[in-house]
Amino acid sequence: MKTSLRNLTAAAALALMAGHATAEVKIGFLATLSGPAAALGQDQYDGFMLAVEQAGGKLGGVAVKVVKEDDQLKPDLGVQLVRKLIESEKVDMVAGLTFSNVMMAVARPLGDSGVPFVGSNAGPAPLAGSQCRANFVFASFQNDNQAEVLGKYAADRGFRKMMLMAPNYQSGKDQVIGFKRFYKGTVAAEIYTQLNQPDYSAELAQIQMQQPDAIFAFFPGGMGVNFIKQMNQAGLLKRVPLLTVSTVDGTTLPALGSAALGVLAGAHWGPDLPGEVNTAFVKAFEAKYKRIPSQYAAQGYDSANLIGGALKATRGNVSDRPALVKALRESSFASVRPNFKIGANGYPVQDQHVFEVARDAQGRVSLRTVSTPLQSHVDAYASDCKAR
Amino acid sequence: MSIAFLFTQLLNGLQFGVLLFLMAAGLTLVLGIMSFINLAHGSLYMAGAYLAAVVSAHTGSFVLAVLAGMVGLFVISVALDRLALSALHRRPHLDQVLATFGIVLFANEAARMMFGSAPLYMDAPAVLSEPFEILGFNYPSYRAAIIAVGIAVALGLHWLIDRTRIGMLIRAGASNRAMVSALGVNIGWLTTFVFALGGALAGLAGAMVGPILSIQPGMGEPVLILTLVVIVIGGIGSIRGALLGALIVGVVDTLGRGVLPGLLAMLFNPSVAAAAGPALASVGVYLLMAAVLAFKPQGLFPVRYA
Repeated sequence: MKTSLRNLTAAAALALMAGHATAEVKIGFLATLSGPAAALGQDQYDGFMLAVEQAGGKLGGVAVKVVKEDDQLKPDLGVQLVRKLIESEKVDMVAGLTFSNVMMAVARPLGDSGVPFVGSNAGPAPLAGSQCRANFVFASFQNDNQAEVLGKYAADRGFRKMMLMAPNYQSGKDQVIGFKRFYKGTVAAEIYTQLNQPDYSAELAQIQMQQPDAIFAFFPGGMGVNFIKQMNQAGLLKRVPLLTVSTVDGTTLPALGSAALGVLAGAHWGPDLPGEVNTAFVKAFEAKYKRIPSQYAAQGYDSANLIGGALKATRGNVSDRPALVKALRESSFASVRPNFKIGANGYPVQDQHVFEVARDAQGRVSLRTVSTPLQSHVDAYASDCKAR
Repeated sequence: MSIAFLFTQLLNGLQFGVLLFLMAAGLTLVLGIMSFINLAHGSLYMAGAYLAAVVSAHTGSFVLAVLAGMVGLFVISVALDRLALSALHRRPHLDQVLATFGIVLFANEAARMMFGSAPLYMDAPAVLSEPFEILGFNYPSYRAAIIAVGIAVALGLHWLIDRTRIGMLIRAGASNRAMVSALGVNIGWLTTFVFALGGALAGLAGAMVGPILSIQPGMGEPVLILTLVVIVIGGIGSIRGALLGALIVGVVDTLGRGVLPGLLAMLFNPSVAAAAGPALASVGVYLLMAAVLAFKPQGLFPVRYA
């Protein structure tokens, strides 16, 4: 009797402490918010904060405080900021991350700290496979997914001869590998251009000479704007289907305008995906920020709601980290993606779609769903992940 | 690899060369006549592109946009030279490099603050938006227009430098600055004019590339580097050198990217060709520059002083 009373008192004290600790959950949000690629991080953050704001400053019924940090696309700065968030800000979890090179740099300090992490964009292959971490959950996608779905699409459409184009650096080569994983036809040529090359006339002449059935291209940011404008002016967009990854999205479409009409893009999210949750999200985002949300905004929104689902399940308890990570991985929340869950390696198992650049109901240049070649797709590295 | 393919690539090289010439003509005059190293030349190009994009968005007129890029940059260059750079004319080259590099950083951040980091949109005029067919290849008519503008500018500069009084003064100033000054010519305003002329040409280049390239902060630096290569190859201070050097660099760079990988694939196995092709193509013009520096350090077409 005496022992059980002591246990009870201890339990009550613990519960009190826990209750005290969760008065406010502190989330560190780290993303690339300045420099040429700032639009991506800003969209992630805006999407995240929209979810927080819609719930009245709470997630899962628990008040949250978001501490925003800008890694400036510098891996070393990212590491410093993660340390700062964990050691001096004492955040309960970290969210965000925009670029894979920064993600890989912070993976060690973040993974070793045990602080739960919810990724909202970068999804590098090592962290999905051999170097996966028990405390990481990704509400975005694995980097190869968007190229893989286009490979499947090209195979389904019966494209026999394709040209693959990407900048000559690691991500470019990864995307080409991802595409070839599902594409079974002939690769007429793989063209690796210089990183940040402005002019593609020499490559466009090669396209005209090879006459492929279609082109696969990965040209993020300004490179994609240049490439598509020039392809359009050469009259090639009308003749050769262009399958792209990270080339036409919410951040580049305003600069491309009607020049990009008809370009295809592989992605896991687009503004016209069905479901009330998505329709409401797009409407709320446009009302607040006066622009069409990008996939990065959708990922940010989903990562906040994923955290909300977990906090609801733990009733706001963040002191038991393993339990919190488990709740994050099993979080039930209303995703903007109709078919979405977290797989065994912490990466999403979700549908992968193909979109076409087209005018929406209001006449604006946006993305329209064409097909869904990969359903409940698991990334290629999941089986290598041992830390489950 | 057909003759038509090679011809199209040569045309592409010519167009790229013409664009580089617009940049190099101004920079080589400033370097040759004023002995002033201006790294901010790429920022003038960027400013021309932004100015043209804004005017194009507001008026819808492409001609007005290009004029704004050119005239606007002439005015901006006069102000820049008089207010800031003239103080640097007599300073050592290292000071000029540092100061103008500072202007590059300042200009890029200013563009980011005013227009954001996302690229701006500018379209080609409707008449030039469709490609035309040449030997079975589609060639964009807008790029043909760039070649035409470049040739017109080259002829205009030839007339200005070789046939007019102001051109005579510019040539004299390049040979002997002190003597021209002693003869009663206001050499300060002459150099400002040369600088502004260069700025206007950079602005024209920036305005012309708007419909082809994305207009964004930092767009001037890749072009600036190639422009410096052109000047080294062509010979400092020489308009003829700038023209021929730009055409050589444009053609070598384009053929390196467009033809070399195919040639390598014929000679070696595909994996070697795929690895070596892009690497060789990206260093082609720099190898050429190194060779020129080794064998003709004055450049291929140096200024001939009387």
